Amino acid sequence: MAEYSVFSLLRNAFSGNRDWKPAWRKPDPKPSYDVIVIGGGGHGLSTAYYLAKEHGITNVAVLEKGYLGSGNVGRNTTAVRSNYLLPENIHLYEHSMKMWENLSHDLNYNVMFSQRGVLNLAHTPAQLDDYARRGNAIIHSGADSVLMTPAEIEWLMPGIDASGSARFPIIGGLMQWRAGTARHDAVAWGYARGADRRGVDILENCEVTGFIKDGDRVVGVTTTRGEIRANKVAVAVAGSTGHVMNMAGIDKLPIESHVLQAFVSESLKPFLDTVVTFGMGHFYVGQSDKGGLIYGGDLDGYNSYAQRGNLPIVEEVNSEMLALFPSLARVRVLRSWGGVCDMSMDGSPIITTGPLPGMYLNCGWCYGGFKATPASGWCFAYTIAKDEPHPINAPFTLDRFHRGAIIDDKGQGSTPRLH
Amino acid sequence: MLITCPYCGPRDVSEYSYQGDGNRTRPDPASTDQEAWNAYVYDRLNPRGEHHEIWQHSGGCRAHLKVTRNTLTHVISSVGFARDAGHRKSDGHRKTGAEA
Ligand SMILES: Cc1cc2nc3c(=O)[nH]c(=O)nc-3n(C[C@H](O)[C@H](O)[C@H](O)COP(=O)(O)OP(=O)(O)OC[C@H]3O[C@@H](n4cnc5c(N)ncnc54)[C@H](O)[C@@H]3O)c2cc1C
Ligand SMILES: [Zn+2]
Repeated sequence: MAEYSVFSLLRNAFSGNRDWKPAWRKPDPKPSYDVIVIGGGGHGLSTAYYLAKEHGITNVAVLEKGYLGSGNVGRNTTAVRSNYLLPENIHLYEHSMKMWENLSHDLNYNVMFSQRGVLNLAHTPAQLDDYARRGNAIIHSGADSVLMTPAEIEWLMPGIDASGSARFPIIGGLMQWRAGTARHDAVAWGYARGADRRGVDILENCEVTGFIKDGDRVVGVTTTRGEIRANKVAVAVAGSTGHVMNMAGIDKLPIESHVLQAFVSESLKPFLDTVVTFGMGHFYVGQSDKGGLIYGGDLDGYNSYAQRGNLPIVEEVNSEMLALFPSLARVRVLRSWGGVCDMSMDGSPIITTGPLPGMYLNCGWCYGGFKATPASGWCFAYTIAKDEPHPINAPFTLDRFHRGAIIDDKGQGSTPRLH
Repeated sequence: MLITCPYCGPRDVSEYSYQGDGNRTRPDPASTDQEAWNAYVYDRLNPRGEHHEIWQHSGGCRAHLKVTRNTLTHVISSVGFARDAGHRKSDGHRKTGAEA
């Protein structure tokens, strides 16, 4: 019987909820493993889960420097979608979307995946043409997408300023109905429990401080909890990629770390039941089940490893929200925070073997990697187990930049803060 | 975050535009060394700690500045004109005031 079910709820209710097992153990590190995954974020945990589930590799440790979920997996704004333009990206994110649709069942853990739709607003005819083109590309690749009229948008979200006198009048939008949100902590906890139950050791407060090499080959790591050896060392540390890879002697990568802020308002009655993005700036908002508006906008715009941002972006994001929803002017902001994003030079991720023998690298998720959590771990586990990429992640190599095979969905070029 | 412009004094970060990593040097425009161009365009040091970067005081005197800033603490340890650090784009082509 599944560990979490109506029956286990009842049984534990009658015994005063004293008999629940912790969702994952707190083991001591073993001297060696088949695979070490550095980084206990969503991607590291899902990688460990699929290594065990799909490839039967269970002698695995996930090394997390803080507590589980302390990185971006617990800091993001939870939007999940697959409405990209380029085929490489659509295939990766649509694979992820299909996995999301069954994730709570697969993990026996409610990740609260809610397909409430994500709408991109258009404010100029050129933008609407561009959305029509993107929508066609999305449909062509097998995902869903539909154009909406201003009247439909106003009906869908009564709070929005759909009047012709808005500063940037809304002339339409591109909707993906299968897109939505998921509860980010539950994703981390669900994967952690699933991996743990299959034998994976999750080692928290275990910061990697260096790599052990045999010649060029990576054969283990030094950590704050001692030396740990492994046949294969996989790196999935998101915003810390530059710093961690530097310890392995890789001093340059096509990555810059930038800080992204997010905000939550006080709880409101149900106000907005989809996620909506502003087309004349960088702003998006959704509403959580608790009633808080969860919203964010642009990066602060300079290299940063600090998990906090500056005030100009706070002002900019909030004023963009008011341009769309003037009725929110008196709503109070409850909390804001920052997370460090691994911005790649083409805005697309890297999931690959190498760059050193014995090493595997997963990074470059920019501020859009939460939605990729299932597929990223699934592809990375395949790559680690088979020592070659799955066709889905084969285009996402590290050397694509020097080969001129970049995957630049937005066509922004190598200015990572613009992706 | 305040950046102290050598002309204008301490000003809010919103007056400045970030021009990015100041550690890179552009290959000679006539160079056909593809690796050197690739490295210039795509590869970054991205340190956690002291970072050399270029900012423009676009909302002020418009000077380009070479700033050393800690990416973990945001503490700025030095600011100077980019031209003094060899970041002048048109070295050699620049006319003096009298010639211009
Ligand atoms: C404010 C914000 C909003 C976002 N919104 C969205 C969104 O709406 N939709 C979306 O799809 N994506 C979003 N993202 C992006 C998404 O959160 C990330 O791309 C994704 O979470 C990164 O993968 P991860 O979960 O593995 O990262 P993380 O959770 O950051 O995992 C990396 C882990 O590595 C650990 N680590 C670092 N160094 C070491 C070391 N030396 N030793 C051991 N462990 C180490 C860190 O502590 C961390 O826990 C957002 C990001 C931010 C910051
Ligand atoms: Zn100035």
